[in-house]
Amino acid sequence: MSWTAVCIIPVVIRIRSLPTGALPIFITLGLVSACTGKNDGLSAIASARPLHGSFSTADPVELQRDDGQWIMPAKNYSSTRFSGLGEINTGNVRQLGVSWTFSTGMVAGHEAAPLVVGNTMFLVTPFPNIVYAFDLSKPGAPMRWQYDPKPIGASKGIACCDLVNRGAAYANGSIFFNTLDGRTIALDAETGQPKWITQLTDVNKGESITMAPLVVKGKVLVGNSGGEFGVRGWLTALDADSGRIAWRGYSTGPDKDVLIGPNFKPHYEMDRGKDLGISSWPAEAWRTGGGSVWGWISYDSDLNLIYYGTANPGPWNPDQRPGDNKWTAGAFARVPETGEARWFYQMNPHDLFDHDGVNEFVLADVTINGQSRKVAMHPDRNGLLYVIDRSSGEVLSAAPFGFVNSNRGIDMKTGRLIAVDEKKPTQGVVTRDICPSAPGMKDWQPSSFSPRTGLLYIPHQNLCEDLEPTPASYIAGTPYVGASVIYKAGPGGNRGVLTAWNPSEAKAAWEIKEPFPVWSGTLATAGDVVFYGTMDGWFKAVNAKTGDLLWQFKCGSGIVGQPVTYRGPDGRQYVAVLSGVGGWAGAMVSADLDPRDATAGNGWGGVLGDLKKVTTRGGMLYVFALGGSK
Amino acid sequence: MSRPNVVARHLVFTFLACVLCVAACEREARRYKELPAAANRETGVRVTALQPGTAQQVAEVDSPYQQNAWGLGEGKRLYSAYNCAGCHGLNGGGAIGPPLMDDKWIYGAKSDQIYATISQGRPDGMPSFGGHIPTSQIWQLVGYVQAMSGQVEATTAPSRNDDQMSALPESRQSRQSPIQTGHR
Repeated sequence: MSWTAVCIIPVVIRIRSLPTGALPIFITLGLVSACTGKNDGLSAIASARPLHGSFSTADPVELQRDDGQWIMPAKNYSSTRFSGLGEINTGNVRQLGVSWTFSTGMVAGHEAAPLVVGNTMFLVTPFPNIVYAFDLSKPGAPMRWQYDPKPIGASKGIACCDLVNRGAAYANGSIFFNTLDGRTIALDAETGQPKWITQLTDVNKGESITMAPLVVKGKVLVGNSGGEFGVRGWLTALDADSGRIAWRGYSTGPDKDVLIGPNFKPHYEMDRGKDLGISSWPAEAWRTGGGSVWGWISYDSDLNLIYYGTANPGPWNPDQRPGDNKWTAGAFARVPETGEARWFYQMNPHDLFDHDGVNEFVLADVTINGQSRKVAMHPDRNGLLYVIDRSSGEVLSAAPFGFVNSNRGIDMKTGRLIAVDEKKPTQGVVTRDICPSAPGMKDWQPSSFSPRTGLLYIPHQNLCEDLEPTPASYIAGTPYVGASVIYKAGPGGNRGVLTAWNPSEAKAAWEIKEPFPVWSGTLATAGDVVFYGTMDGWFKAVNAKTGDLLWQFKCGSGIVGQPVTYRGPDGRQYVAVLSGVGGWAGAMVSADLDPRDATAGNGWGGVLGDLKKVTTRGGMLYVFALGGSK
Repeated sequence: MSRPNVVARHLVFTFLACVLCVAACEREARRYKELPAAANRETGVRVTALQPGTAQQVAEVDSPYQQNAWGLGEGKRLYSAYNCAGCHGLNGGGAIGPPLMDDKWIYGAKSDQIYATISQGRPDGMPSFGGHIPTSQIWQLVGYVQAMSGQVEATTAPSRNDDQMSALPESRQSRQSPIQTGHR
């Protein structure tokens, strides 16, 4: 051991002074091997993978297909969160045990997905957004490096829904991530040294960043958060090599700012017209109209289009913003090189309930009426599961995946949501028992899709609400909401559900009722196992075909993270997830809110006060394998 | 019944009436003008109980609106108008910022400590309102914030929301014993 230490130190110093790429790794390994003579961990690297595979410079379009790695939170550009690994399967999953753990030492909600590139795992924590790299080739996965971006504390005051971060992304030797105080940072995956840092937001305008970036064709795609602060939403593309802004597409305002040009061809009449981002608002309201971009982006490399949703319009009080409030609460398809918009579909014109459109778009070929269609599946906050033709933006089906009484689906001819009059909120009036609630049938927590079962595994809520819109005053840097909301459990009393949805038949195949909202992502594998976590700390594996519970493990804190799976340098399959309750729902615990005020946490006090009795805060990474840490 | 007894009774009645009147006057007073700058004691405020050596005593300044129903009502109105509610919950249950209705305080629960927190802001996300709103309004907010955890008289505290009731009214909040935990 002492020999190893003596030899590694000069090598580490040397590596920082060398240019990046495969060469320094080669030199490092060569020197260490020469020093120690024999080292099981390192020889394992050499035998399991070529050295160049450690930090691949391959096109992410190719790299995302490797089931041994997990280079972006959604696993792949189609956002399926499906892994072809099948070593862990329905027959043996009950033998899963803990292989190793890591404490982040942080108490906010841990929503991020760990990444695995080559033999290294990367993790980004909630605020203060520290990035860790772990060497998977050694027992216990020792830390390779850590990077602390030191975000300013003031940004904690503009994070609507806990101090979360949803993960990093890897491409071409760099780890890209965002900080709560609005910076995008590229780190050298080898050393953890920043290659560039670009400040994108202004804290005093209430702008923050919580989303995971997506790297497409050398562009790092980043959107802002702050829909509860009257920000003007945007998606920005940064050049992956330099960090310079390549383009920015706003979600409100004139067409030129929204990057709407002659090739913009929305499928429905309601989304056509000049400068709708101005004319569908009261005068000047688009400047503080929200439509932030804090969720997920998907990419179809054949059609060369990216897909993402825009968040709620601001303020929540709909009486203060008559009009359709373009281009909020809808879906954009854009060209990644230029940002040019190709189509848009507004799920929630003149959103009444804080129903952001930012949930994931899962791309797959699905058989609809006997025909194979290239679709994007989108479980929206409003309770409808949209199956959209992703080349045209035409909605093929929109069916409720839970109890909905605030809309009657959509008019298939116009595409427009059919609102239920008696559930329409009015300023100064309390409208009771609106289903779903503001967090919607489903919030940010991403679904997975198994091509083996053809099912979409949707983690979600079963909540209703009492809502009274109230006057909202815009003061930059402070909340711009204007609503008194109190959530309550939906029919049946279970506040969470995992629904396995058959998109071909537009109906559920099975569902699992959970006492608490299912605020974690799901993971589907070729072993026909689906993984998810619960807010009271259970990490569960269920049968992808039937929903039968196969295995569960009680983690130290509630789970609101995104499970991932990878093949370790030793050839075994691992499953990793962050525990650490928090997020909008879990802030009852992570921010120690007082449920005697039913509006605590912007509505959760009335429905999740009991979470404080079953779990505590604190982040911990858990990595599981068959037989545990053998 | 002798005459001196009646006089004594009248005197007692008059005295009680005066006491009630004075109390009621304070409760019902309207102060539309800025308070004297001297009321702003933020520069002398300590936000910790720990001092090196012998503790120096600083005269504490209470909110001039602490016993004033109108001022507390104004505080409640401003709490929504200045978007305090968006961060601390409509009734102080907390959201982006910490709860205000319970007994845990990071920077202190005394009037001048709360004044300093609102005016100066705090580095973990609390905006600095000093210079952006009148000092009299900060004092009204201070009084209302104290009402949220039952620190003012029930007869003076607001007793209803104009909007959806999401918690017991301030006048019925159980009186908390504030502890400066310094963290949450």
